[in-house]
Amino acid sequence: MLRISMSKWLTLGGLAVLTSLAWAQTLRIGVVGPMAFVQGAHMWYGATLAAEEINRAGGIQVGDRRYRIELLRVDTNEMLSVTDAATAVERAITAQRVDFLVGGFRSEAVLAMTEVAADYKRIFIITGAGLDGILAGRVDRNYERFKYLFRVSPNRSSDLARTSLLLLGEVVQAVRQQLGIPRPKVAILAERAAWADPLVETATRLIAAPPPQGYGAEVAGTWRPSAVATDVTSELTAIQRAGAQVIYTVLSGPVGVPFGRDWGRLRIPAAPVGINVEAQQETWLKATDNLGNYVATLSSLAPGVAITPKTIPFITSFQARFKEFPIYTASGAYGALYVLADALNRAGTLDVEAVVKALEATDLVGPSGRIVFDKTHDVTWGPGFTTGLGVQWVGNRMQAFWPRNWRVGDKVISYAGVRPYQLPPWVVEAWRR
Amino acid sequence: MFAAILVNGLVLSGIYGMLALGFALTYGVARILNLAHTAFYMVAAYALFFFLGWTGFAGAALLGVLVVLLLALAAYGLLLEPLREHEATVLIVTIALALLLQEVVLLLFGGHFRSVPALLPGYVEVLGVRVAQQALLALGFAAAVLLAAWALLKGTRLGLGIRAAAQDQEAAELVGISLSRAGYWAVGLGALLAALAGLAVAPMATLEPHMWNPPLLVVLAAVVLGGLGSLPGALSGALVLAFAEVLVVNLVPGGAFLRTAVALFIMVLVLVARPEGLFGVGFAEER
Repeated sequence: MLRISMSKWLTLGGLAVLTSLAWAQTLRIGVVGPMAFVQGAHMWYGATLAAEEINRAGGIQVGDRRYRIELLRVDTNEMLSVTDAATAVERAITAQRVDFLVGGFRSEAVLAMTEVAADYKRIFIITGAGLDGILAGRVDRNYERFKYLFRVSPNRSSDLARTSLLLLGEVVQAVRQQLGIPRPKVAILAERAAWADPLVETATRLIAAPPPQGYGAEVAGTWRPSAVATDVTSELTAIQRAGAQVIYTVLSGPVGVPFGRDWGRLRIPAAPVGINVEAQQETWLKATDNLGNYVATLSSLAPGVAITPKTIPFITSFQARFKEFPIYTASGAYGALYVLADALNRAGTLDVEAVVKALEATDLVGPSGRIVFDKTHDVTWGPGFTTGLGVQWVGNRMQAFWPRNWRVGDKVISYAGVRPYQLPPWVVEAWRR
Repeated sequence: MFAAILVNGLVLSGIYGMLALGFALTYGVARILNLAHTAFYMVAAYALFFFLGWTGFAGAALLGVLVVLLLALAAYGLLLEPLREHEATVLIVTIALALLLQEVVLLLFGGHFRSVPALLPGYVEVLGVRVAQQALLALGFAAAVLLAAWALLKGTRLGLGIRAAAQDQEAAELVGISLSRAGYWAVGLGALLAALAGLAVAPMATLEPHMWNPPLLVVLAAVVLGGLGSLPGALSGALVLAFAEVLVVNLVPGGAFLRTAVALFIMVLVLVARPEGLFGVGFAEER
């Protein structure tokens, strides 16, 4: 009887030792985001896909040990509460004992969450929030405290602005060439938010400035609805009355949906282009009652467009696994896990200071572009790095129209699968001369 | 610009009026300040969206109305009637109920934006201004519902009973009116109006679990401006707020985000001059 008990104890003890060894060789990565919303759900999906691929390939080699990735889903509720978000991150670090953090969507919440990460000296790779000030002014001015923060997606707001203004230039040019209007009128429709203010200012200057510095067009007016406005009919009829042929949109909030729906329903004869975060999502047409065709926006991925050799395989695997088209938080989280795995591998240790140094030296191709961090640990924008895409909804599907023959110095940038921009037919009908 | 202000103001008034009507009715006859009113509107819109996957518009609309009625009557019977004497408690319970409904919708449908197809797609030009046909339908629907509610309250024994219960509960009981039954009718009618507003407005709205928040502010402002409990007051309040918003967008385009703030400021100005609201006293006397 005693011998049997002893053997049982030995077996259990052996299992416990094996389990603890396996535990020691697991890296716990917290994926933080608003999980009830598409932005958070896609972060989780993107990270899951990367973790599965990395684990299937044998895990992460760190020095002479090999680690498996274990993901922890951390719902931040950040859409509704910044406090909840900070608490969720603290709980993930202290109770769930995560080694690294990936994610974050709403800039205000990410500012709070990254303070917590900095307190605990945890590496946090941001994959969803664009505010410049999350890194600029923190990593560069207080490096010792904030060196643990990095961003792989999206590009910072000021870089998104640069791309969106390039897209505006494409559409102004299309109006000029196809409609024969030498000095098109551009209405600016920008949500009332701090991040949108510099874009409005720059766009106003750039639209009116003569070429080649500006677009040689005319500002028809500036409308600033709330980011959560549920109806923009009055703004749209006023824009129509102002005689605009183009609407430059700066919309990241839910207002993007009523804009697309009302614009399509009223057939407003002005082509929208710029930033409309809601139009980046696969659910755009469903959300707008199929009225959002021809809306153009900055985005990070588009079906069939190979930004890098990893883009199409990523989109294919993602769609096969989750039956949805990935948004930028998905490609961001996917890329973040590979960036982390690569840095850990190069560092050869889990020592956080060494991993930070390795991350700073990152030069890795992800699904949305080449990831190289600048001195503020932000993903570098520009030709040959990460630029984003100009996408447009045509025939109930999203297609990319930029970059196409984009000339930068002596370089000409084009991605395979990018097609020409199409003016909405009712805009052509209303304005063709 | 005048035509744009006139047409857009009228259309927006119809939408706001539709929402404010049921709220005013519930308070006017049952003395319940139901902050879950616009949550019922949200449930109707989501129910319409859900049932449209199974059946046609008429069937889905009917099922949506039934869901809201059942919810409202259950909430009244289980939560509100026992607390009816304690107005502050009722207020808090209705907020809790609205948040609960929001979380249930979030759980069932997620945070994705959804839309319901318009019954009347496209637009027409009125005085040179483009107006969605669905918005005109909602405007007509709001007018028809207002007339029907008015006829029911003024021209039937049921309406008389409900109004009597609201005016003097003891006297109403003495003449054989069941207060409990009158309360159920009032809440049921209010919920029916919320559901009908949901059905009319849903094709123009974006469905998401927090969609009940912005209209609640407008509805509250409209009924307070018009005089709490007054049906014509609620509609007048909706009219004033809608036109104030449209004026701001057209006259100060760069300040379009201030549309609701300016409308609420106008409400405050009116209340300073006339604390009972535009129709507050008139309706009390009328009752």
